[in-house]
Amino acid sequence: MQSYSSMYYYGAPQQQQGYPTIPAHPTVSKASVTNSANYHQNNHHHHHQQQQQQQQQPPLHHVAHFSYSSAPPPSNTPYNQPQHHPTYATPGSYYGQQPYHPPSQPPPPQQQQQQQQQQQHPTLIPAPSAGSYPIVSYPSAPGSSQYGTLSSSQATPPLKGMHTQVGAPLHQYTAGPPPPPTGYAGGHPSQMMPTVNGQGSTGRWFYCRPFPNLSQLSAALGGLSGVPELEVEALRPVNLLQERNLLPPRPLEAPEPNLSADLKKVNCSPQTFRCTLTSIPQTQALLNKARLPLGLVLHPFRDLQQLPVITSNTIVRCRFCRTYINPFVTFLDQRRWKCNLCYRVNDVPDEFMYNPVTRSYGEPHKRPEVQNATVEFIASSDYMLRPPQPAAYLFVLDVSHNAVEAGYLKYFCEALLDKLDKLPGDARTKVGFLTFDNTVHFYNLQEGLSQPQMLVVSDVDDIFIPSHDSLMVNLKESKELVKDLLTSLPAMFSQSKETHSALGPALQAALKLMTPTGGRISVFQTQLPSLGAGALQSREEPNQRSSSKGVQHLSPATDFYKKLALDCSGLQIGVDLFLLSSQYADLASLACISKYSAGSVFSYPSFHHIHNPAQLEKFQKDLERYLTRKIGFEAVMRIRCTKGLSIHTFHGNFFVRSTDLLSLANVNPDSAFAVQMSIEDTLADSSLACFQAALLYTSCKGKRRIRVHTLCLPVVNQLTDVYAGADVQAITCLLANMAIDRSVSSSLSDARDALENAVVDLISAYKSNVSSLQTSGMVVPAGLRLFPLYILALLKQKALRTDTSTRLDERIFSMCEFKTQPLQQLMRMVYPDLYRLDNISDQGALHLNDSVVPQPPLLHLSAERLSRDGAFLMDCGNVFYLWIGKCCNEMFVRDVLGCPSYSSIPPNMGHLPELDTPLSERVRAFVDWLQDNRGFSSNLHVLKDDASSKLPFFQQLVEDRSESGSSYQDFLQHIQLQVSK
Amino acid sequence: MAFTFAAFCYMLALLLTAALIFFAIWHIIAFDELKTDYKNPIDQCNTLNPLVLPEYLIHFFFCVMFFCAAEWLTLFLNLPLLAYHVWRYMSRPVMSCPGLYDPTTIMNADILAYCQKEGWCKLAFYLLSFFYYLYGYVFLTLVKRILHCSVKNNYFNNFFKAIGSHCKRVKEPH
Repeated sequence: MQSYSSMYYYGAPQQQQGYPTIPAHPTVSKASVTNSANYHQNNHHHHHQQQQQQQQQPPLHHVAHFSYSSAPPPSNTPYNQPQHHPTYATPGSYYGQQPYHPPSQPPPPQQQQQQQQQQQHPTLIPAPSAGSYPIVSYPSAPGSSQYGTLSSSQATPPLKGMHTQVGAPLHQYTAGPPPPPTGYAGGHPSQMMPTVNGQGSTGRWFYCRPFPNLSQLSAALGGLSGVPELEVEALRPVNLLQERNLLPPRPLEAPEPNLSADLKKVNCSPQTFRCTLTSIPQTQALLNKARLPLGLVLHPFRDLQQLPVITSNTIVRCRFCRTYINPFVTFLDQRRWKCNLCYRVNDVPDEFMYNPVTRSYGEPHKRPEVQNATVEFIASSDYMLRPPQPAAYLFVLDVSHNAVEAGYLKYFCEALLDKLDKLPGDARTKVGFLTFDNTVHFYNLQEGLSQPQMLVVSDVDDIFIPSHDSLMVNLKESKELVKDLLTSLPAMFSQSKETHSALGPALQAALKLMTPTGGRISVFQTQLPSLGAGALQSREEPNQRSSSKGVQHLSPATDFYKKLALDCSGLQIGVDLFLLSSQYADLASLACISKYSAGSVFSYPSFHHIHNPAQLEKFQKDLERYLTRKIGFEAVMRIRCTKGLSIHTFHGNFFVRSTDLLSLANVNPDSAFAVQMSIEDTLADSSLACFQAALLYTSCKGKRRIRVHTLCLPVVNQLTDVYAGADVQAITCLLANMAIDRSVSSSLSDARDALENAVVDLISAYKSNVSSLQTSGMVVPAGLRLFPLYILALLKQKALRTDTSTRLDERIFSMCEFKTQPLQQLMRMVYPDLYRLDNISDQGALHLNDSVVPQPPLLHLSAERLSRDGAFLMDCGNVFYLWIGKCCNEMFVRDVLGCPSYSSIPPNMGHLPELDTPLSERVRAFVDWLQDNRGFSSNLHVLKDDASSKLPFFQQLVEDRSESGSSYQDFLQHIQLQVSK
Repeated sequence: MAFTFAAFCYMLALLLTAALIFFAIWHIIAFDELKTDYKNPIDQCNTLNPLVLPEYLIHFFFCVMFFCAAEWLTLFLNLPLLAYHVWRYMSRPVMSCPGLYDPTTIMNADILAYCQKEGWCKLAFYLLSFFYYLYGYVFLTLVKRILHCSVKNNYFNNFFKAIGSHCKRVKEPH
């Protein structure tokens, strides 16, 4: 395995490479040749019959992209369906159907109706309960077990109360060359069209086919036939100086691309894949004219509630550009498909002709790959250069005096002990521990020992591994020893007086320990590393914290951590950093270790287990999620896009291995990526542009998997259309990433200017090119009305603000978050959602499974929207603030907070008590609902209206004038001045 | 008199520029490979980085030579490149080893395009300066002497004569 690892480092997986010379599926294509030859001979007389059969099928079946009739079927098409034949059925279980049903409770009538709808149209119907992703249940066909709906890629045990069909023997059609076509035949019509819950299978004809008929096909390709109302609304000119209420009542949704209804239905969820311009400009010139950035915002490994997982011998890909087959390809006829990225024509492999959903043959357009924009393939050994690695976790813990003072170790050990059984992995899972102060301590946890052995290496200048096989141990075999160690660890170092920290050597040791397997290193650091390689000096000058002249030391002081991270990345090791420091610890340098090894960075400034309970609580919550969240190992992600588009820059934590390939040693569900794009060639050839992100990873169960997301967007040649499709949140997110890059490579003031200029440019471009109505005022299209507001909010963020005193580490951490947080989370951090809670009502409430979630309207982040007699909830993404006004009505205080009066509210209230009042229930339902859709759960702070505690709340009111910047109105005036210059 | 120090400088610069042209071509090829996915950025940076300083030093070396030979025009023509080299090396990313290219940023489209453009510009510059040095060398060794001795006579006659005699002289040792 060791010899593999070095190969694996540099050579991209063969199949991932875009070289057209590699034959795509040699075995199968050979098989198909022989098969078809046989079939032609044997079944020639059935040919006619076959065609007749097809014609008898409902008219909708004649899809425009199947030119059955116009082009005579080639000789290898006549697979017929003999009536009597043993069904092709091999026992063996793969991923079975697991439609998610809330266990055993009879659903309320509304939900029932919804379920029925879903079964009729099991495609992308937004399920309110999911909020993020539809709960899709494929009609469970007996035996159609290639793929199923899983709550995540880690198979969950089948839920109770499933339909009986699901329990039927699972069949598999994965092994060997394509089975004889006769085997495809479902013997009886009932088997061909299974019924689910009494629903006739006829419903299935309707479901989600790219183009139901010719006219719609042309409409879809036309892209812009008929301007929908949404677009008109997005283009309504808004004079920013006059309009004061810009916010929509509910948090902003992603704009819908202007596609035909069918394409919209299959398109990738905007939470996973979003483009800054949902209408792609045809040329770079048009893009330049629009003065908006073109880019993608991706969250590829997001926790999905439904994901079709496909196991098949051949993963169908374009032979030329290696694109995975997706819902936006065109089928020229039944045997050929045209790639939507490079427009070249490919053959449909035999195996693909069989549809496991309907168990019918000759319907390639109904395969799950072609019905879903997000699919996951179980990859074959072609996609590995070494056997899939086991899950391996190494914890590197700081145990110096500083760490003991901060007291994190006890809580870490508790959390890990608690979650030891829930660490993602299988029977091969490995764990190891390593502690360091001025020396590095290893722990021998070899099975059979009576207690863990500590091995100390004090030569930090030339670190070595004292033992090779007993330091990373199998978790299952050595569980008792691991538990032993975790219980004794906090006490072991409670007397530590060592103040030095040899982080560099500890990391080198960790790298050596993990070299044979790869995996995840979690580093807990509480101070500036001061010993051995990678030692750092304090660079922060506290009295320069608020200088407006320019912030220095945003870039790393040494390349030690970067080089180490690159070595890690090559050996498939991801490093996650937890910084629990109360002093300056030079995060700018330390963060490199995670940045280039695709890890995550967590920071808890002024962490102390007694003095700072808020940080402790956050640490515990984060740890809980961190230890149990899904993880993918040895991953690569390639982003392909339609010919003519090209990738300019990537943002996020990874190592860029080639122009479109990211190397991700670890991939986690909480990190997102952004990609800047440029248009190199005119896109006039096509009316659609597509993007495909393919993430190849090893699951914690040792399976190689490929998650493919495809996004399809219309191409436009009018500037108004570009503006109509602009996604203001994605634009803000991409600009934030670009600004962070700029502030590191150039300077902070430069980055701030660039952000301001983005607004100025947009307004003047819109003024000169589109808006002819008004000449005075600041006019922007309604879709972009929040843009100046968001930019102002960005300028007031810790990462980019200048005049307020900001600790360098906090600034850097904020920058790291900008680079990796998913869009939703980032937007909440930039422009928090503010709601008034004291008059919360059920009006317009969301009805979920068995609860009613009130939906109070969003408020602008300005003190003028607050009132002393109210209670306001601010959702800042990673924290909630509940501000209680001085004269807040007694009922709210009593019913929700459980306190008799305002003055008796305790100062550090961190949760809402479970009271049995309708108001409390409403508030809790709402807060819980807000918590639901995010990875890390957020703390809630109840703040009273007094000078000291309300500060964090009022700092977030970005529309008001503060020490970190001007008010929104002043900002607009400033922009207007710039525009008129 | 025939073979002055300045002429020697030109000859040396000629040879070294030929080497620099190879460096520039290598540079262009390397970045092209990066752009077309053939190479890993880490490998490529590891091969490119050790070549940066030698290139800069060679250029610096013959600039010093021209300075010593008091070839002011030539030195003046080379100064911009010299200044560029100094600036480029001063503004390199934080690195512990010599070199310019950082594998983590090299794949950025802007940087990649910049490096490619830099390669082509340098190639053009070195090619031009190659011919300039050739001219300078020939001018110093032959033409200057011809001009020197052809005060009264017909310029062209003398020129051809001189070339003839030069050729003879070259042949003589054989």
